[in-house]
Amino acid sequence: MTIRTDALPTQEMTINMGPQHPSTHGVLRVILTTDGEVVTRAVPDVGYLHRGLEKIGERVTYAQYMPFTDRLDYLAAMNCNCAWAWTVEKLAKIEVPERAEFLRVIVCELNRISSHLIAFGSYTADMGAFTPFLYAIRERERVNDLFEMLCGSRLTYNYARVGGVSADAPPGFLEKSKEFLDYFEPKLDEYNNLISYNKIFVHRLANVAVIPAEEAVAYGLTGPNLRGSGVPFDLRKDEPYSVYPKFDFKVCVGTGERGTLGDCFDRYMVRINEMRESAKIVRQALAQIPDGPVLAKVPRLFKPPVGEAYFRSECPRGETGIYLISDGSVNPFRLKIRTGSFVTMNIFEKVTRGLMIADVVAVIGSFDIILPEIDR
Amino acid sequence: MEAQAIFETLKGKFGDAVVELQGEGFSPAFVVVAPGAVKEVSRFLKEDPALSFDALMCLSGVDYKEKFAVAYHLHSLKHRHAIGMKAFLPRETPSLPTVDDVWPAANFQEREAFDLFGIVFEGSKDLRRILLPEDWEGHPLRKDYKYPDFYHGIKV
Amino acid sequence: MSSDPAHGTPPGTPAASAGPAVTGPEAHVMVGNADLFVNWARKSSLWYLLFATACCGIELMQAGASRYDMDRFGAVFRATPRQSDLMLVAGTITHKMAERVKRLYDQMPEPKYVIAMGSCANTGGPFFKDSYCVVKGVDLVIPVDVFIPGCPPRPEALIDGIMRLQKIIMQKKNYGAKA
Repeated sequence: MTIRTDALPTQEMTINMGPQHPSTHGVLRVILTTDGEVVTRAVPDVGYLHRGLEKIGERVTYAQYMPFTDRLDYLAAMNCNCAWAWTVEKLAKIEVPERAEFLRVIVCELNRISSHLIAFGSYTADMGAFTPFLYAIRERERVNDLFEMLCGSRLTYNYARVGGVSADAPPGFLEKSKEFLDYFEPKLDEYNNLISYNKIFVHRLANVAVIPAEEAVAYGLTGPNLRGSGVPFDLRKDEPYSVYPKFDFKVCVGTGERGTLGDCFDRYMVRINEMRESAKIVRQALAQIPDGPVLAKVPRLFKPPVGEAYFRSECPRGETGIYLISDGSVNPFRLKIRTGSFVTMNIFEKVTRGLMIADVVAVIGSFDIILPEIDR
Repeated sequence: MEAQAIFETLKGKFGDAVVELQGEGFSPAFVVVAPGAVKEVSRFLKEDPALSFDALMCLSGVDYKEKFAVAYHLHSLKHRHAIGMKAFLPRETPSLPTVDDVWPAANFQEREAFDLFGIVFEGSKDLRRILLPEDWEGHPLRKDYKYPDFYHGIKV
Repeated sequence: MSSDPAHGTPPGTPAASAGPAVTGPEAHVMVGNADLFVNWARKSSLWYLLFATACCGIELMQAGASRYDMDRFGAVFRATPRQSDLMLVAGTITHKMAERVKRLYDQMPEPKYVIAMGSCANTGGPFFKDSYCVVKGVDLVIPVDVFIPGCPPRPEALIDGIMRLQKIIMQKKNYGAKA
């Protein structure tokens, strides 16, 4: 008997994933064209959270824009706050007191930990393991408590200011941060024991959506997604800003330890390892933090000189670059925010070709995208 | 390589297509090129071994009121240097060649500039609105944009 | 002991010290108000649609996870509107999204409730004045039962909102002449 090739005819099918889908990390919509279970084309449709942050920037003053940067990436609001402050300071050439820079680095790195915790927790939940999610939130709540102590808010901090930070650390904050690190660092080994090297988990991630190094560079990937492909590029190290040169830390890169270099597992492991490095930076910053003022004298209605500046900083989801044009008035003339997630989405269609539908979820999680960064 | 040296290299190669260097007050400095030459200059910037700008970090549309501009922020992972490239466009017909075959990273950002400014990138493989709905009227980041009153019956 | 709807005791629960133990078929009979019973069942299993669009979604996630554990109130997240009783609109609704919100709401089975969580879902929040594409409140698209202020609201505020919704549910009249 011969097998008839037309016995099971397959037909291409178009499936809509999102904008309401639990594992697209927000309101991402992906239009999947599938042949059976295999994805032949996955076109991302973004913009469901486009709030016009860039237009708003042209209508408010420099100081008023700070709360909007919280909402640019709410999982790493501190990093975005500081990125905005650093950009304006670069444009206006403002000297920031050293204690303020140390505080910024401390909060940025703590926020990187809490952001990567969400990335880790929600990724494992997407992969079918709900328990690590609860572990991750348990630790994240502690970081939230620290930030609440610092600025009164759990998620949208509005802590940095042009020229420094809004308030000095309250008594006990630095000690509590150290306590948190003592508590947190052993937990990373716990995560690795719990899930990272779990056989099922590794099988879901290893060799899925491999991005070679050249391709990652050509598509403008940054942050953990670029380092997951084995490119040791970290703005904190390679284009140092703030007080990062004072600290000793390692740039974590993917090693292809369970599969091919640049697969989902590498990107996942980069984040896990980066949390350890961030903890190291916070420890050093806590040890070295000097006394002094935390806010430079900046006029309330502040007008920077005419000019254009582009400042890049390393946020948890890659490079956040702010291109700021000033015409010398109280409002920015034009402000463009280049975010890691938006640029990463560009490669999505290419890497998902030929994967299974379930792997698409693995890819979205491994990029650790966040929708307000994509849509702004 | 410093901005001045990059500018002189480009000037020597492309002549009048490279207009000027915006250095003072600009960080990083911008090389202003004629819109028609954007693709050739980009290809040279990427492929010349001494420059090798392998990453397009940021592509932004700008509305300077009397004219539009597209600003490219380039970075080289190999040499660890950065430069800006800018092309000014007339307000009436803002169009220039795409660079998405030079840097694949350009596609989404060009779509964004098209969506929010109405700048047309000729030869782009996929130029559609990206952030706003397909039937949205106007390009919101233009300085003369008037907010609509209603969209699909909901007050804006 | 009287049944106390506000504290979750099922209506019609036999009193603990009601004299000698009742045996036979009448032991399985409870007498109560049908409205109370149905409402109690509804308020105790508020399965919510995990509809996190923006910042509030993270607080929603954290409210459902380790420390705040919203499962205690019978509120469990569902991925699909077809299994949900409650739509928690957590975050900014843009004009591109508005149509989808309406469609998701239409897909939910009756009875259904909506909580608008956070300033964006209430009024447009910080984007009210200057944004061109944010819907100024989700109540322009779908009916809302409870508004929770805050940007974003704390998990405690969210839990308070859910308890207020439970009170609203308990007041519903489903049966009888005035239903």
